[in-house]
Amino acid sequence: MKTYVAQRLTIAVLTLLGMSIVIFVLLRLAPGDIVDILFSTAGYVSPAEKQAIMKELGMDRPYWVQYLDWLRQIATFDLGKSYRYDLPAWQIIRPLLPVTLELAALSIVFAVLLGVPTGVISAVRQDSTLDYVLRVISLAGLSMPAFWLGMVIILALVTWFRWIPPLTYVSPMENLTLHAVQFLLPALAVGYRSSALIMRITRSSLLEVLREDYIRTAWAKGQSERAVVWRHALKNALLPVVTVIGIEFAFLIGGLVVTETVFNLPGVARFLVQAILWRDYPIVQNLVMVIAIVVILSNLLVDMLYGVLDPRVRYGG
Amino acid sequence: MRSVIARFVRRKPLGAAGGVLIAVMVCTAVLADVLQTHDPIATNAAYTLGPPNAEHWFGTDHLGRDIYSRIVHGARVSLIVGLASTLLGSVLGGVVGLLSGYIGGKTDLIAQRVLDILQGLPLLVLALVMSAALGPAIHNVVIAISIPIIPRAARVIRSSVLSIREMQYVEAARSLGVRHLRIAFRHILPNTIGPFIVLCTAQLGSAILVEATLSFLGLGVPEPYPSWGRMLSVSAAEYAQKAPHLVLFPGIAISLAVFGSNLLGDALRDVLDPRLRGA
Repeated sequence: MKTYVAQRLTIAVLTLLGMSIVIFVLLRLAPGDIVDILFSTAGYVSPAEKQAIMKELGMDRPYWVQYLDWLRQIATFDLGKSYRYDLPAWQIIRPLLPVTLELAALSIVFAVLLGVPTGVISAVRQDSTLDYVLRVISLAGLSMPAFWLGMVIILALVTWFRWIPPLTYVSPMENLTLHAVQFLLPALAVGYRSSALIMRITRSSLLEVLREDYIRTAWAKGQSERAVVWRHALKNALLPVVTVIGIEFAFLIGGLVVTETVFNLPGVARFLVQAILWRDYPIVQNLVMVIAIVVILSNLLVDMLYGVLDPRVRYGG
Repeated sequence: MRSVIARFVRRKPLGAAGGVLIAVMVCTAVLADVLQTHDPIATNAAYTLGPPNAEHWFGTDHLGRDIYSRIVHGARVSLIVGLASTLLGSVLGGVVGLLSGYIGGKTDLIAQRVLDILQGLPLLVLALVMSAALGPAIHNVVIAISIPIIPRAARVIRSSVLSIREMQYVEAARSLGVRHLRIAFRHILPNTIGPFIVLCTAQLGSAILVEATLSFLGLGVPEPYPSWGRMLSVSAAEYAQKAPHLVLFPGIAISLAVFGSNLLGDALRDVLDPRLRGA
C-alpha cells in the first residue's frame, strides 16, 4: 500500500510538471501580449516606455528564467501578480473561490441525486419504455450546451413567471433565498449534464452486477426487489460510479466556465475566461495550473477510495 | 448493404434516428446555398430583431440578418469544424495508440505518461487556452479542438491493439518475416476500424459542442462565418427578452446535431464493439 501511494504520488508530480511545461509554452505562443493590449486602448506609446513596462513585468527575461521563476512560485504557493490589475493574483482569486466551489458542490449533488436513481431504475427495468425514456432524457443532457440550457431557463422564468433573476451577485448574508435561487439554477444546468454520465455508468455497471450468481441467490432466498437491488447489487456496482463522479467533479470546471458567464456569477471560472481574453499570463497560468492540480488530486483520491469501497481491490506490486 | 441497414434500424431505432439527424445536418451543410432564403451575412436595418414570419422563418437578429439562413450556413461551419477536428484528433491519436500498443515496453510507458498530461485538463479548458494562444481563425479552432481528442483516441485504439497483437494471424505474419511497421499498419490497423468508427461518431458530438462553446465565448470561428455558438453570444445577453427566437433556434440546432451524433455513436458502439458497452 505504501509503495503504491508513493508510486502514484511520483507519477502525479511528474504529470503536473509536464502540464506546467505545456501550459507555459501554450501561453507564450499567443500573438500579442498584455503590453500590446494595454496600449491598444491607450493609443500610441513610445517603444522606450513599452520596454520599461516589459521590464517591470519581468517579461524581458529569457523564457527559461521566467519558467523557473514560475515553478518556484508554484512550489511556494505564491500565485504571482496580475499584470492587468497590478495586484497579487491570490488577492483577486480568493473572493471568487467560494462562488465556484459552492456552484461545483451544488452541481455534483444535483448530478448524483438525478443520475444514480434514474440509472438504477433504468437498469432494473432494462429495455422497457421507461428505460428508453430515461436514456433519451439523459442523452439529451449530454447534447445540450450548458450555457444554452442556462439561457433557456432564465428566458422561461422571465416569460412565464415575469421573474427576472438578480443581475448581480447576491451574497448569502444579504438575502439567503435570492442567493439560493441564484445558485440553484446554474447548478441545475451544469448538474444535468453530469447526471447523464452518472446515469449511464450506473445503469451499465448495475446491469453487469445483476447478472452475477450471488444476486440470483438473493432472489432465490425470496428477498424483496428493494433489498436485492439497493442492498446487494448497488453496493458492488458503485465502484465505476464513484470513478465517474470523481472525474466529473474535476471536469465540471469546463461547464462552469460558460455557466458562470451566462448567469453573471463572479466565480473563478468566469474570471479565467476574462484573463484569457486579456492575456494576463500569471492569472491564466496559475488558474489553469490550479485546475490541473485539482484534477490530478481528485483522480488520486478516487483511486485511493477504491480500496475503502471494495476490499477486493488490492494495491500490490 | 440494404439488409444491414434494415436490421440496424429494426434493432436500434434510436441509433437510426440519430443517423437521420446527422444525415439531415450533412444535407443542410452541402445544400446551404440552395436552402437559404436570404444572404446569411446581409444586414437589414429596417427589420431588426423581427419575430418569425412568412418572410423570415426563424426571425431576424439585431442586425436584421435572417436567422434561418444563418443556421443553414452554420451547419456547414459546425460540420466542417466538427469533422475536421474529430478526424485530425482521432487519426493522430490512433497512430500514437497503434504504435504504443504494438511496440509496448518503454515506448508505451512514455506515451501513456505524455497522454496523461494532455488528459489532465478539462477538454474545454485546454481548448480554450489553445484557441486563445493560436488566435481566432477557423483552422486554429480545428487544431484547438483536436488536441484534447488525441489522448482519448490513443487509449481506445491502444486497448484494441493490445488484444489483436496476441492473435495467431499476427504471429503467423511475424514468423513469415513480415516487417513490424507493415504488421502494425496492414495487419493490425484494419481490425481496429470498429472501435475507430465508434470513437469518431461519439467525438463528433463533443467537437460540435466545444466549437459552439468556444464561439460563444468569442474564441471560436471568426466573422463572417455564421457559427451557431456565436449566434448565441452576440444576441443572447442583450436581446433575449425582446427576441427569444434569437436564443432558441441556434441552441436547438446545436442540441439536435450533438444529440444525433450521440444516439448514433451509442448504437454503433453496441453493434460494432460490444466490449466497450457502457464505457
